[in-house]
Amino acid sequence: MVESIDTSLIDWSRAQFALTAIYHWLFVPLTLGLGIIQAIMETIYYKTGKEFWKTTAQFWMKIFGINFAIGVATGLILEFEFGTNWSNYSWFVGDIFGAPLAIEGVLAFFMEATFIAVMFFGWNKVSKGFHLASTWLTILGATISALWILIANAWMQYPAGMQFNPDTVRNEMFDFWAVALSPVAINKFFHTVLSGWIVGSMFVIGVSSWYLLKKRETKLALSSIKVAAAFGLVASLLTLWTGDGSGYQVAQKQPMKLAAMEGLYEGGNGVGLVGVGVLNPQKKSYNDNVDPFLFKIEMPKMLSFLAERDLNAYVPGITNLIEGGYQTADGTIALSATEKIAKGQQAIQALAGYRKAKKAGDEAGAKAYRATLDENFAYFGYGYIKDPADLIPPVGLTYYSFRVMVILGGFFILLFIIISLQSYKDKFEDKRWLQWVCLWSIPLAYIAGQAGWIVAEVGRQPWAIQDILPTSAAISKLDTSSVQVTFFLFLALFTILLIAEIGIMVKTIKKGANVSEQ
Amino acid sequence: MIMDSTYILLQQYWWLIVSLLGALLVFLLFVQGGQSLLFTIGKTELQQKMLINSTGRKWEFTFTTLVTFGGAFFASFPLFYSTSFGGAYWVWILILLCFVLQAVSYEYQAKKNNLLGKKTYQVFLILNGVLGPILLGTAVGTFFNGAEFYVNKEQLTEVAMPVISSWATPWHGLEAAFVVWNVCLGAAVFFLARVLALLYFINNINDEEIQKRSHKQLLLETILFLIFFLTFLVHLLVQDGFAVNAGTNEVFMQPYKYLINLIEMPVVLAVLLIGVVGVLFGIGKTLFSATWKKGIWFAGTGTVLTVLALLLCAGWNNTAYYPSIVDLQSSLTIQNSSSSPFTLKVMSYVSILVPFVLAYIFYTWRALDLRKIDSKEMAEEEHTY
Repeated sequence: MVESIDTSLIDWSRAQFALTAIYHWLFVPLTLGLGIIQAIMETIYYKTGKEFWKTTAQFWMKIFGINFAIGVATGLILEFEFGTNWSNYSWFVGDIFGAPLAIEGVLAFFMEATFIAVMFFGWNKVSKGFHLASTWLTILGATISALWILIANAWMQYPAGMQFNPDTVRNEMFDFWAVALSPVAINKFFHTVLSGWIVGSMFVIGVSSWYLLKKRETKLALSSIKVAAAFGLVASLLTLWTGDGSGYQVAQKQPMKLAAMEGLYEGGNGVGLVGVGVLNPQKKSYNDNVDPFLFKIEMPKMLSFLAERDLNAYVPGITNLIEGGYQTADGTIALSATEKIAKGQQAIQALAGYRKAKKAGDEAGAKAYRATLDENFAYFGYGYIKDPADLIPPVGLTYYSFRVMVILGGFFILLFIIISLQSYKDKFEDKRWLQWVCLWSIPLAYIAGQAGWIVAEVGRQPWAIQDILPTSAAISKLDTSSVQVTFFLFLALFTILLIAEIGIMVKTIKKGANVSEQ
Repeated sequence: MIMDSTYILLQQYWWLIVSLLGALLVFLLFVQGGQSLLFTIGKTELQQKMLINSTGRKWEFTFTTLVTFGGAFFASFPLFYSTSFGGAYWVWILILLCFVLQAVSYEYQAKKNNLLGKKTYQVFLILNGVLGPILLGTAVGTFFNGAEFYVNKEQLTEVAMPVISSWATPWHGLEAAFVVWNVCLGAAVFFLARVLALLYFINNINDEEIQKRSHKQLLLETILFLIFFLTFLVHLLVQDGFAVNAGTNEVFMQPYKYLINLIEMPVVLAVLLIGVVGVLFGIGKTLFSATWKKGIWFAGTGTVLTVLALLLCAGWNNTAYYPSIVDLQSSLTIQNSSSSPFTLKVMSYVSILVPFVLAYIFYTWRALDLRKIDSKEMAEEEHTY
């Protein structure tokens, strides 16, 4: 009997990784955003010498500390899950993917771990300057950590700077800078970190608004809002810019993801961007001729413009990508999914042939197989795909998540403009409706970030590494029941710790900093 | 063959770096040792608070070293990462779980509204303190006693089942706990962590009762550590080892392999002996002097050197560092499991920054520890655990 991978193992492995990533991303954005805000506050203290700013910074640092601990815990699991649940992936691309993780450890984690101790325990032990530097270095470490893990993630979306070595049966890096400075990585880093800054700003403004609604900690609240509003406004405007850049990169490198984000089945020239639309649940297949939308309002030609910077450019839809035959930007005719699968199978067979020929000492045969492998390697991962339809990511989840992210992104720009104006005119304190909006916008900032990650990760399915390795070939050989047990174990543990974290945070916020009268 | 010799050098260098990180990790397990002694040394709430704050200011170093150790192993020897983590699933999951518990417990245990209550988080710290060193030590034991796995790279071309590494038992790593020599190393690491913790408390906390109790406890922990460590070491030196034929890359069993490694690598032997002397001197002088507090530095440095020598012994000198006992030729060696020359070279450039990292860690550690922890500080400081 031929051994085969249980599809439920793939699903549970994906579910476990998604669970860990979702929980991890509940804590990281606040670290990234709040870290900068508290550092700005301490800088004001350093410059002015006013105790008020020290107390204010210390108050937010307490919150930071509560959140940081659980972020560290979930991050540990995430790193090691590449090995525990995605062992084939770890070998196949470990030569490239491992390096950013190791650099993250050396450059970022130690910086965070060292200086966070000074930040919390060093107020009375080191000079003001050393303490301020430690606070900035803590958040710099966290941001550098984000940089390297996002470089690693971006590489999975756009594998650059590597080549396949049939002798070692893995991909090997040949250009470090192509990995570290790929346009996908740069955009992803800024877009993701900026979204964290928005979460941090919204959190500070939301909590401060609660104080104002309760008529407590007025001075701390209004001062915090001033800092966070400016910071949040800058972040949200820059997010618009990096979001556009990310969208452009997706169009260039992952057209299937873009098509899923737009619910676009039939592409063409001068394609419109769906502003508002409801997907048709009756649409079951890319070729069933069912209209994908029940209702939609489009912005004419905008998708072509955003994807190709040309109002009349061609943008392929899901059906086009599966069936091929259209002219690509470089003038070649796009292959169909079936053709790509055939090429992938050729590459895999050529690899098997190459290995056998090498073992037998047949250098001429090995050379011929190598040529076939090299010619078809760009489609290697397609060789593991059974059905062209498997190449389509979950359209509904990708489409709606994208809209949630974009709509909330727009909402935050508007909200930060209003908050900044009201704060600048010293009228925020009187606007109770705005304070309520700000308080209830805290979860919206988290939802926007999670939706963004769903677009990025669900939208690239079925790939672990775009075109090179599908998730089905990336997993560890485990019993499904083992992964089910650990899934529920992590679910229970993370949920309990999240409830504990929220409980401690709420208590700390309710207690306040007692600085209003200073 | 210039490239080949450079590659071999890079592989040896990265085994050294990974071994050094592993050695530093074992030293930093004094944090776990301290946690496991929370109620043994701390009899009052204030004493327990001092103990928690003492190790609590260092736990991130242990945690970060563990993460960096994992990252460096992944980057330099990805086949180990792939084979061991994906195969010995349950051991690694248990290790991760107990470190997750640690990460939140320091921050949450003394906070109000923490859902589970202070005692629960303290029990979490003890769990991490006991299980962390034992499990890590047991896992490292498989470097010398082998694990049950197969590696077959041709499997990647089998479309229906392309996973190259597979585990031979459904226990997925838990079977390592039934090998007495693995457990012996786990127990040695555990008691060493407790010894180091006691030396650290003596150095770091200004409290008469804690000092007295730590001194008293030190003798017992040292005896237990020596029993397990010496048993493991003697067995290691007389056991058959997993050797690699340098010409054919074939793995074979060689009598007294690890003893031969030490003899053939006299520098490693010297490092081991200096390390052991350092540990014994740090403990011995502390036991015989009520006022001497520098034991942690001697025993700590000794620990790093001893563990470094043992790990070098596991991988250098044509030795399979992660042997398979079900298929010898699946065993992992420095050569067959490492990253490409390019990646190792890039990583080597990054490793140049390590001394700089160590320097700022030393500087900040010193700045924070200039004033020792005492009851007054616990009462005055705003931010304590």
